[in-house]
Amino acid sequence: MKFSELWLRECVSLDTDTSGLIARMTMAGLEVDGTEAAAAEFAGVVVAEIDSTEAHPQAENLNVCQVSVGDGAAVQVVCGAPNARPGLKVAFATVGSRLPGSVEIGQAELRGVSSFGMLCSAAELGLSEDDAGLLELPDDASIGANLRDSLQLDDTIIEVDLTPNRGDCLSILGLAREAAVLYETTYSIDAGEPVKSSIDMTFPVSLSAGEACPRYAGRVISGLDIGQATPSWMVEKLRRAGLRSIDAVVDVTNYVMLELGQPLHAFDLDKLQGGIDVRYAHNNESLELLGGTSVTLDTKTLVIADQSRPLALAGIMGGAGSGVSAKTTQVFLESAHFNPLVIAGKARQYALHTDSSHRFERGVDPQLPERALERATELLVAIAGGQVGPVSIQEDLSALPAQQNILFRKARLTQQLRLNFEDGIVANILTSLGIEVTDVTDEGWHCLTPSWRFDLSIEADLVEEVARIFGYDKLPVGTPSMPLQTAVDREVITPLSRLKKLMVGRDYREAVTYSFVDEALQQVVSPGVAGIPVTNPISADMNVMRTSLLPGLLAALKHNLNRQRSRLRLFEAGQCFQNGHAITHNELIAGVITGDRNPLGWTSQSEAVDFYDIKGDVEALLTLSGTFGRIVFEPEPHASLQPGQSLLIKDNRLNTVGYVGKLHPNIEKYLGVNQSIYVFELNLETVVRGELPKYVEITRFPSATRDIAVLVDPDVSFETLRDIIESSSVDSLTDLKVFDVYKGKHIENNRKSVALSLTFQHKSRTLSDEEVSLAIDIIVTALKEECSAQLRG
Amino acid sequence: MNDLEALAESAIKAINDAVSLAALDDVRIEFLGKKGKITSLLKGLGKLASDDRPKAGAKINEAKETLQSLINTQKQSLEDTALDARMAEERIDVTLPGRNSAVGGLHPITRTMERIENFFTRAGYQVATGPEIEDDYHNFEALNIPAHHPARAMHDTFYIDPQTVLRTHTSPVQIRTMEHQQPPIRIICPGRVYRCDSDLTHTPMFHQVEGLVVDTDISFADLKGTVDQFLKAFFEADLPVRFRPSYFPFTEPSAEVDIQCANCLGEGCRICSRTGWLEVMGCGMVHPNVFDSCGVDTEEFTGFAFGMGVERLAMLRYGVTDLRMFFENDVRFLEQF
Repeated sequence: MKFSELWLRECVSLDTDTSGLIARMTMAGLEVDGTEAAAAEFAGVVVAEIDSTEAHPQAENLNVCQVSVGDGAAVQVVCGAPNARPGLKVAFATVGSRLPGSVEIGQAELRGVSSFGMLCSAAELGLSEDDAGLLELPDDASIGANLRDSLQLDDTIIEVDLTPNRGDCLSILGLAREAAVLYETTYSIDAGEPVKSSIDMTFPVSLSAGEACPRYAGRVISGLDIGQATPSWMVEKLRRAGLRSIDAVVDVTNYVMLELGQPLHAFDLDKLQGGIDVRYAHNNESLELLGGTSVTLDTKTLVIADQSRPLALAGIMGGAGSGVSAKTTQVFLESAHFNPLVIAGKARQYALHTDSSHRFERGVDPQLPERALERATELLVAIAGGQVGPVSIQEDLSALPAQQNILFRKARLTQQLRLNFEDGIVANILTSLGIEVTDVTDEGWHCLTPSWRFDLSIEADLVEEVARIFGYDKLPVGTPSMPLQTAVDREVITPLSRLKKLMVGRDYREAVTYSFVDEALQQVVSPGVAGIPVTNPISADMNVMRTSLLPGLLAALKHNLNRQRSRLRLFEAGQCFQNGHAITHNELIAGVITGDRNPLGWTSQSEAVDFYDIKGDVEALLTLSGTFGRIVFEPEPHASLQPGQSLLIKDNRLNTVGYVGKLHPNIEKYLGVNQSIYVFELNLETVVRGELPKYVEITRFPSATRDIAVLVDPDVSFETLRDIIESSSVDSLTDLKVFDVYKGKHIENNRKSVALSLTFQHKSRTLSDEEVSLAIDIIVTALKEECSAQLRG
Repeated sequence: MNDLEALAESAIKAINDAVSLAALDDVRIEFLGKKGKITSLLKGLGKLASDDRPKAGAKINEAKETLQSLINTQKQSLEDTALDARMAEERIDVTLPGRNSAVGGLHPITRTMERIENFFTRAGYQVATGPEIEDDYHNFEALNIPAHHPARAMHDTFYIDPQTVLRTHTSPVQIRTMEHQQPPIRIICPGRVYRCDSDLTHTPMFHQVEGLVVDTDISFADLKGTVDQFLKAFFEADLPVRFRPSYFPFTEPSAEVDIQCANCLGEGCRICSRTGWLEVMGCGMVHPNVFDSCGVDTEEFTGFAFGMGVERLAMLRYGVTDLRMFFENDVRFLEQF
């Protein structure tokens, strides 16, 4: 909310400057967001009166005006404004004055006529965007006075960012009340005098939905001259609160809303039929609002209706059909209390947000309607004249918000703030806030909350009030003293942070990508997997929750490839989501690599990464967590991977828990990438759960290692060879490593040579050469029988 | 005896002239070997009169020892020279970079979250996590934010369906913890959160770490002390910290926490919008309605909660000026951490 500092100071005397006020408000929970000067910098502009105007001899759009500034002599000014007329009080920039934007005003010749200064529009003074004509000053403005003094322009506009609980501060009244508490002083708002009714005219009101609108005050004002201009002091106060002047009726209702916090609405009486009823809308009833948009209503929406139709969205916005216009001569003024729960959410539902709904959904003091109605009447009649009918009030007293009785216990206050307050301090704070202390006992204070504080309903609320006014900064500082309980740390679970550090050690950079991705990309990467759409995505390419980390990582890869980075290694860990009969959250870790295996260096030739690079990374992850022994790699296809360079990773119950391989060329093509990409993705839950190490005695007998090379058909996998060897009942085999795979020259029939290193060891004795040779024979024979392997010479 | 002197002299010359270990060994064999010239002289002692033998023998042995010592010295010298030559030959350009030195790096958000987690776990907090797609109850209702409450406007929410949201804070993890665990509770809840907002200072996804402490006598003073200690530790600086009243539906009293702007030291500058302070956290005493929804006795237990934006802290700590960099994953950015 924006307000004029001077307006506030009219109501409460504050012994502080602007920055002091801002700091105090902020530290009391009314955070000041910013300030701006009420008017741009200008100097030398005075109040003048136009004595005469005559047409410029050379230019038909210009007038030659004689203006007086109070020192007797008339000054000649050439002016093009359409509203320049004799008798008008205007803002006159004298020769030598300086306007906003450092515009210096000097003597000028305009089509042969001398002009000694300039008559200004509001826009030229930086007061508004209105550049249609001269700024018209009130008749009582004193000629020759400095305009800044005359309009009180040396003022600060303060913008306070009120939290939703402080609807009571959405007015000068509320802010003054709060400031008076903070500065331990008093405040007063010019309440005016109730206006005596001069006519008997009334308009009937009934409350069909009394629980939603427990108080409705209204009155007829007839014989208005709506064309009368709003006085500049009011226009200025509205402007400084961010509101434009519209006409006398709208300006007055807005002004009273700013001053007291009570939104009002004026109906054109001639457009109403029968009587007002406050009721819930009928289903599919429609209403055209001020501004022209039409809304279709539902039965939970409260409306102000007449005999024939809904007139206004209660507490939110009036309708076009019953609004005040330039032709209006008599109005019905509404000043009502609406239940916050009835208004809450409705503005949002109809995509409206108004000053009125903003206040009603936070709660407006139910004591205000009559006072605000009287104030508005006083101001409106002063501007536009008219005859005033009697105030009529319809009420459902049982539904008015009740002031709360709260027992505020001393012990609780002491416990919560760890401070023993003197009783007097607490009672003073409570009373200054308008909280009535109805009784004080040994236990505490019996409090009755004020009608304007919708946020005070329980003891904790009062603790905050005391703490807030006393000052958070003066409250003691401590640390919790709690029993020392140390949680069990499960050793078989490898923390994700360790896995991440392994990835970092293997030259991966961690990425953090959005959890919502482009559905089209996700469908290409994970065809057939049902993603979860976001109902209101922030953009079309972030419209579905990720089922896999790959779309995000591939997009990041592409982002960097487009920026001259060709060697990339990225990983990410995080939640992915799938839609089944319920939404499932899977914690995954994934990596993508592309480009050279090593950064450009002098120790190795540049070589592109391949399948075995990323498989090695996966094996390292599984080894670190102690899961490797329980994991099975199955050479099976995966939708994201190129067939033949694809492995599914399964747990010991053969559930797929991940995959690794070369990204399918179709996905590369979709991404528009011209280099091979290798990827893996693993379910973290499986990866992090290892086993507790169990010591096995180290044998002191030496081992024997023999290398053999066998020729096999090209489609015989290493895994096949390993399985044959491991099941060949050679108990003493303790290790098997492959150290070369060769295809090509010197090998016939397109076969391949696989070189294996076999290690044998016995627990309780040294193996003889003969025993080792025998073991080798058994293995070679098994390989020969089962996969036609030939021992290479 | 002149024989011995002459022989020794020629041996010394031969030793000094030996330029290799092999040549030196040849000299040793020639003079001191089993059949060497000096050795032979010893063998010839028998021809001398018995009175002369000891004296002559001593002289020969003396010469032998002298020569052996010279040989040893020469050997050491030759070995040193050879080693120097080998080392000279093995000399390399040690200024060339090492092999396989590339390491990756953690994302600055992870780095910051781990730093926060480490602080609190050292103080005995447990890390709790929960689902990012949440039900309305845990994200709002149980946190004292009923439907249509104006406070919902503080959270621009992504919806999956009318009852299911992307969590707008990690507070639902606090609810889930209290639903299953009686106090004392000391947890922190790190994780991703989502709000439907995107501009220079907002991304639709960001990270939070929230904390919750519940026990029999937890006070606002405990909250102040905890937050103050954390912020000083996080920034490794004795920063002024201030608490100012604010509003969150799930805490009462509530506070925003500011640290003094490190850029201007409180003077007021662009970074702190000329206030001298930077808002870094929200916190407060757990609202009784929140305890009620979790079945925690509000008379027996009190507690505090706090929450911070990880990106905000990372930006302040590392001087990052553009929030959006965190999610572009540009390696030129990632490589800086």
